[in-house]
Amino acid sequence: MKLTVAAAPHLRSGDDVRKVMIDVLIALIPASVAAVVLFGMKALLLIIISMVSAELIELFIMRVLRQRKDFKPDFSASVTGLLLALNLSLAVSWWQAVIGVLVAIGIAKHIFGGLGKNFWNPALIGRVFLLMSFPVQMTTWFKPFDLETTATPMAILKEGSGTLPPVKDLFFGTIPGSLGEVSALLLIIGFVYLVLRGRIKLFIPLSYLGSVALISWIFYSVNSSYGSPLYHLLGGGLMLGALFMATDMVTSPMSPLGQLIFGTGCGFITMIIRYFGGYPEGVSFSILIMNSFVPLIDMATRPKRFGEVRSNA
Amino acid sequence: MGLLTFRGGVHPPEKKELSEHSALTNAPLPEVVYVFLANHAGVPAKPLVEPGQHVLTGQKIGEAAGFISANLHSPVTGVVKGIEKIYHPVLGKPDSAIVIEREGEDTWQLLEPRKPYEEFEPQEIVERIKEAGIVGLGGAMFPTNVKLSPPKEKKIDLLIINGAECEPYLTVDYRMMLEKSQEIVRGVLALIKALGVKKAIIGIENNKPKAIEEIKKATKGTGIEVATLKTKYPQGAEKQLIYAITKRVVPSGGLPMDVGVVVQNVGTAFAVYEALEEGKPLIERAITVTGEAVREPINVIARIGTLASKLIELTGGIKEDEVDRVIFGGPMMGTAVPRVDIPIVKGTSGITVMSKEVAPSRESYPCIRCGSCVKACPMYLQPFVLNLYATNRLYDKAVENGLMDCMECGSCSYACPANIELVKNFKLAKKVYRTLKGGKR
Ligand code: SF4
Ligand code: SF4
Repeated sequence: MKLTVAAAPHLRSGDDVRKVMIDVLIALIPASVAAVVLFGMKALLLIIISMVSAELIELFIMRVLRQRKDFKPDFSASVTGLLLALNLSLAVSWWQAVIGVLVAIGIAKHIFGGLGKNFWNPALIGRVFLLMSFPVQMTTWFKPFDLETTATPMAILKEGSGTLPPVKDLFFGTIPGSLGEVSALLLIIGFVYLVLRGRIKLFIPLSYLGSVALISWIFYSVNSSYGSPLYHLLGGGLMLGALFMATDMVTSPMSPLGQLIFGTGCGFITMIIRYFGGYPEGVSFSILIMNSFVPLIDMATRPKRFGEVRSNA
Repeated sequence: MGLLTFRGGVHPPEKKELSEHSALTNAPLPEVVYVFLANHAGVPAKPLVEPGQHVLTGQKIGEAAGFISANLHSPVTGVVKGIEKIYHPVLGKPDSAIVIEREGEDTWQLLEPRKPYEEFEPQEIVERIKEAGIVGLGGAMFPTNVKLSPPKEKKIDLLIINGAECEPYLTVDYRMMLEKSQEIVRGVLALIKALGVKKAIIGIENNKPKAIEEIKKATKGTGIEVATLKTKYPQGAEKQLIYAITKRVVPSGGLPMDVGVVVQNVGTAFAVYEALEEGKPLIERAITVTGEAVREPINVIARIGTLASKLIELTGGIKEDEVDRVIFGGPMMGTAVPRVDIPIVKGTSGITVMSKEVAPSRESYPCIRCGSCVKACPMYLQPFVLNLYATNRLYDKAVENGLMDCMECGSCSYACPANIELVKNFKLAKKVYRTLKGGKR
């Protein structure tokens, strides 16, 4: 009789990283389906190519470059690939998407040591890289269904010309924008799933959305040309960013207080860029900037231990 | 009103149903017993017997060798064979044990006088507990008399009796509370008298309604209170139990007595009763032998030093093709042992024989900073941070971040989706840190 001698505890929750990633993928299904419905088959192509190339690139890096012969896909690359795809414009071609994925997985994730070790959200690094390399394709927007090129609500707000679509369009998603960002409703449905599964650092989206609402309300009260809070909440990449990108486990703080600081910082920077920056949209940059502060935030907001007496706290 | 509880912790499958209906019976007397000199926390006892010497059941065979140490008594009537190195289930390596072969009738040598606890003076109660070699039966095996002798400046005002039994699978405390409630309560009353406190509370998790009922009946008119606790692991950990019941927070690095509390386990209270009123030293204890890979899980009263294999036989034996591991204790804090011919010690509350089906998978991932371990830690530590420091050998950093507050409950490892051996790394880091600091083991 051979007995296993292993370390306690001898019971485990049975949860594993793969299940976490699958939950995130499930949560993104509604928005992904919407992308295909609104923007057609090319959206599906971009999504599939991004996910598949992400897994293949990761497999190559792990098995060949890092010599981890036993590595099996944990679907974290699929999550990155899908999030990147949802952040693309329909004008982006498939090979450009692959380049974005290569940057996301190969550089943003694996330069730092792979899963769990990166400081910046890989999908966002990929997106920003594409934005800089292919500015035209990345900022050409199509209306859903008829696919006419047009300006996004955020750009209309920024330029101050053109007519804004009604708020309900922003809510349901029949507005121009990147593949996955347009329908606030479907993003929220997926998000609720993650909350129910306990997969979300809840204080991040709450403080992110909360601070955006507050800041835009103040500006709107002063001068209505800044756009109403509802436009700022539902328009552009905010929902996708606040619900699914800022909450990326690896690149966000741990403690509730840390999450509040992080989310509020994201909201603040987003609004500064939207009001005063060179881009109509500031979600990606704000999250990446706040990502950089996570180690600091984590250190500064370490929770008080049970029974700990702090001399200066 | 909400149930009494603490923040953090996990809720593993309880698995009590396997053995909870098995009433306590006496295990057959073992042919040989192996009594470790280290049958308690602290300094191992000093042996008092020679090879070839005849001993009676209950005869003193080892003497406490320091302040934190405990007496040993022979669990059987027989002949001392000698002192041998035997695999110790807690230390995880061979250690000295007195080997005694049983011979003839089970003849007891009892402690005198035997009388109702009311007739003992407080100091005599503590003396008797010390004489009887009673240690914490919840698993820590800390000498009970030491806990009952706090330094003068610590004012104790509350005795808490731990009947939580939060460890999955184990049902000894449950059976004891059902079947020995009167004796337990008399033991508690004796402890109250020894400590000179006015108040005692017995804490029991709400997944044991029958035990709560029995104990409530037995405590009627005694002034002892019963507190219903939420079923959550580790509800029975001292600091968490004290917090759940009183909301008092034991300071980091401190002991329960720093907040005026002494905690004892229900099994220990029973042993106190037996030592006082029946004159029995601690030579046997109740133990659950359970798990999916034994035929018929049971609760038995076994002599200390009995081989686990003999107790497992009483269940009808191990299902050899299904077994994965054998654990001394429960699955959360117990130790997996390499063989079954290993003797039980005073703190062994269970032998859990797990099947391959329920044993954890070995697939592990890097930390994804999900925060599950932080949410699970009842000491509000940040296990993922401690793990970084511990595995990079930055022990000072780990200690700064609360490594020494870790009570090794395993909640973090249980919850971690990356399957990282957090608590294992913490135990090792603590050991190395203590060695580096030149302190005790
Ligand atoms: S860090 Fe220690 S106290 Fe906290 S959950 Fe892990 S084992 Fe328990
Ligand atoms: S539970 Fe595991 S994966 Fe999650 S933060 Fe803690 S150590 Fe990392």
